[in-house]
Amino acid sequence: MLNALVAFLNFVFVPGLAYGAQLALGALGVTLIYGILRFSNFAHGDTMAFGTMVTILATWGLQSLGISGGVLPTALIALPFGILVTALFVLGTDRLVYRFYRKQKAAPTILVIVSLGVMFVMNGLVRFIIGVEEQAFADGGRFLITAGDFKAWTGLKEGLAIRTTQGITVVTAVIVVVALFWFLGKTRTGKSMRAFSDNEDLALLSGINPERVVQVTWIIAAALATIAGVLYGLDKSFKAFTYFQLLLPIFAAAIVGGLGSPLGAIAGGFVIAFSEVTVTYAWKKVVTYLVPADMAPDGLLQLMSTDYKFAVSFAILIIVLLFMPTGLFKGKSV
Amino acid sequence: MNRKNLTLFALVALLFIGTGFFQSWNSSLGILNMALISAIMALGVNLQWGYAGLFNVGVMGFVALGGLAVVLASAEPAPGAWNAGGMGIVLGLMLGALTIGGAILVWRGMSKGKARVLVLIGVLLAGFFAFRAVFDPAVTAIEAINPAVQGNIGGLGLPVLLAWPLGGLLAAAAAWAIGKTALGLRSDYLAIATLGIAEIVLAVMKNEDWLARGVKNVISLPRPVPYEVDLQQSPGFLAWAADWGMDPVTASSIVVKLCYAGLFGAVLVALVVLSELALKSPWGRMMRAIRDNEVAAEAMGKHVTRRHLQVFILGSAVIGVAGAMMTTLDSQLTPGTYTPLRFTFLIWVMVIVGGSGNNWGAVLGGFLIWWLWVMVEPIGLGLMSAVTAGMADGSWLKVHLQDSAAHMRLITMGLVLLLVLRFSPRGLIPEK
Amino acid sequence: MSEPFLIGEDMTGGYGAADILHGCTLAVEKGQIAVIVGPNGAGKSTAMKAVFGMLRLRGGHVRLAGEDITALTPQARVAKGMAFVPQTHNIFTSMTVEENLEMGAFLRRDDIRGTMEQVYTLFPILKDKRHQPAGELSGGQRQQVAVGRALMTQPKVLMLDEPTAGVSPIVMDELFDRIIEVARTGISILMVEQNARQALMIADKGYVLVQGANRFTDTGAALMADPEVRRSFLGG
Repeated sequence: MLNALVAFLNFVFVPGLAYGAQLALGALGVTLIYGILRFSNFAHGDTMAFGTMVTILATWGLQSLGISGGVLPTALIALPFGILVTALFVLGTDRLVYRFYRKQKAAPTILVIVSLGVMFVMNGLVRFIIGVEEQAFADGGRFLITAGDFKAWTGLKEGLAIRTTQGITVVTAVIVVVALFWFLGKTRTGKSMRAFSDNEDLALLSGINPERVVQVTWIIAAALATIAGVLYGLDKSFKAFTYFQLLLPIFAAAIVGGLGSPLGAIAGGFVIAFSEVTVTYAWKKVVTYLVPADMAPDGLLQLMSTDYKFAVSFAILIIVLLFMPTGLFKGKSV
Repeated sequence: MNRKNLTLFALVALLFIGTGFFQSWNSSLGILNMALISAIMALGVNLQWGYAGLFNVGVMGFVALGGLAVVLASAEPAPGAWNAGGMGIVLGLMLGALTIGGAILVWRGMSKGKARVLVLIGVLLAGFFAFRAVFDPAVTAIEAINPAVQGNIGGLGLPVLLAWPLGGLLAAAAAWAIGKTALGLRSDYLAIATLGIAEIVLAVMKNEDWLARGVKNVISLPRPVPYEVDLQQSPGFLAWAADWGMDPVTASSIVVKLCYAGLFGAVLVALVVLSELALKSPWGRMMRAIRDNEVAAEAMGKHVTRRHLQVFILGSAVIGVAGAMMTTLDSQLTPGTYTPLRFTFLIWVMVIVGGSGNNWGAVLGGFLIWWLWVMVEPIGLGLMSAVTAGMADGSWLKVHLQDSAAHMRLITMGLVLLLVLRFSPRGLIPEK
Repeated sequence: MSEPFLIGEDMTGGYGAADILHGCTLAVEKGQIAVIVGPNGAGKSTAMKAVFGMLRLRGGHVRLAGEDITALTPQARVAKGMAFVPQTHNIFTSMTVEENLEMGAFLRRDDIRGTMEQVYTLFPILKDKRHQPAGELSGGQRQQVAVGRALMTQPKVLMLDEPTAGVSPIVMDELFDRIIEVARTGISILMVEQNARQALMIADKGYVLVQGANRFTDTGAALMADPEVRRSFLGG
């Protein structure tokens, strides 16, 4: 029984938690951009890739200088630098590209197409600078708890391993989310962002400067994208193309939670992550511990092969859209 | 077609002729064939976006379905595969469809409440396990047959030209299913939904080996045109090539490419004519009226969603045909090479650059952007060697820049898209 | 005679090619209430928006305390001491009452607690509900939030577009009382009203607009007494 629980924790809960935190951070960026700029930013996945790339380069720089984070990955020290460069880049694209359409009050679809153009450029830049190969940049300690230690402590047959990156992911995500909600809820700038998202015309009538709100939003979105990208890269590995593919689960998370709702983005991230992990995990091990030996299952008890994880996020997305068009946490419907 | 547009087409033609002169006619024709196919894909997207304002970013999925149709229709039949698992597959798929149909019936038929949700979950779970129970053994049986070259259900061995309309039909069927669920949604939700569908179509094609061998690829599909080797052995052809003063290998390859170009060109012309007729018909006017003001059109009694479904299916069918043509041209289906950047977003660049809402614009965009997509790489390489000429040999920057030149094409395409959107948002040949 | 505190003089303009306003003039003196009434489609709201700079004028001027502000954006007019309460969508529904008021004072860098207390004194119910999302309040309370938000800038002119639209008669009387209180503090009020009779009763000055032009202009009481105005616009 306990073994089943531990196996469940080890193979479903902990990975799902880490993945969910990464998705939630990504979805937060998408949802903020949607709330303030009112379009679905297709370049977000590549913004994550860009931020991660800058952080990796900075990590390599630090490592060559002999600086390391000790037990923690060096990338955490390089992270602020990655955020800074990404924020500058994103502000540049806003100034050069998006602002023009904002002034024109272009339709959201046009902005989506514009973001496709930005996506192409960013994707190309990332490939141009760091290439398409897989880059591993995690260093420091590998595990917080190893399976062996866990077994020794508890005397259970099944081990629980928690990787450092998983721990860092969850801790960082909690810190970032708390900071973000404090910013949105308590500071003058944060409140003005919420006001702008809620009712743009009235925000203008109150003297809120739209350009400033937009800039702050881009900076936050860049920071969230970089953090999410680096955490994902540390946890798995960095490959330019996987970030583009993350776009689908991230959008699914943002929409399931309700586009424009930060709380919804977080909930959506975990809903998507846990569904993906649950549906694609082979439950044989857990079930074997639960049932008497002679009833142990022959098959893997896997609902779907891992290659179909996109299908899972997608199915949830469609179900939510059909039955709750504004998402779990009442996002914007128009 | 006015003077300006003809000039634009002439300029694009010059690009291809120039490539023929300066590089080789062989590669120029190679680019042309893919450009013809791209133009058809762009035409399909233009039907959806230009006529009706439907934002479909699942082009890749329909292209892939078209390719799948070629394998299913024209590949060699796999002896024994049908007997081993054909019935199981069909039965399994029917069970799956029944489950979904049953779920819809439950949802519509029962009144709201916990009971409905429970029954729904029950139906879905039971259906899923029944499906797996029937389907899995059949798949295993089929995949066990001659796995080195086949291991799939095999094709029907039909002539490959027949596969093209079949590709359109397959894509249309998928579009119907997608449209039924997603067309009522807002524009950017539809975009994300189609993006997802495309990924799922591809995931199915990569993983369901029984269907088309997945990432093991299906190769040597039949061709509608003669093989180069056969031409090179035909005395008549050899004499003819000698007449023209051409080396037989080059000549055979050029002739084959010309045959393809003729076939593709015919399809393109037919589709352009049909699209133009449709655009100018009352139906086309109504589509555009709906696009420009959905609320007013709805108030005038137009079935907006039904019209959208129509045009979505038509556009997807056109893309499916193009996908089938592409697989025919390649003589192989390689699901691993389908990426959204290449097969969805590039097509969008073509439509936007050419001029959304205008069929000629979409065709022009298809030709121009495909040429650019192919040629940016050598141009980028040339540029990089020029830039790095002053650097010391073997310096890491030089090596890196030269290695990365290949990625210039994404940046170029993005810049082209952004520049056109900014300075000529209606494209090269704007909608009338 | 000196010029009124705020005047939109001889305003001509509209949203598209066709003009909605034809030489319309509106003015309000310091600490007074001016009310714009007229039939549907007379351009009442449009005239308000023109005064606030939300509409491009082809002719005419807007002057505030003698200064020509015709070319200023609405945001710049807010900074000059004008405040506007739109007819609909006039609160931040997802934010609390207090946050709504804070957003009203966004441009101010000084201590806003005093002003906020004044608003709460004016609308005591808002103090009780200050931590509730404004979207959860009743129609009349929402209007109070909307007016309160506008007052937070400490405006010299408060412009209200149909503040009583969709509220019950009792709430309407209550709102009018509050508006008079606001005017007594020296704030000029310019408002569009559908309930012409009640509005003219509290008006120092009334404007009857028809087809984008002034038809009658007089004190509120005089308009109420005018038989023609009564017959045509006040329902006898």
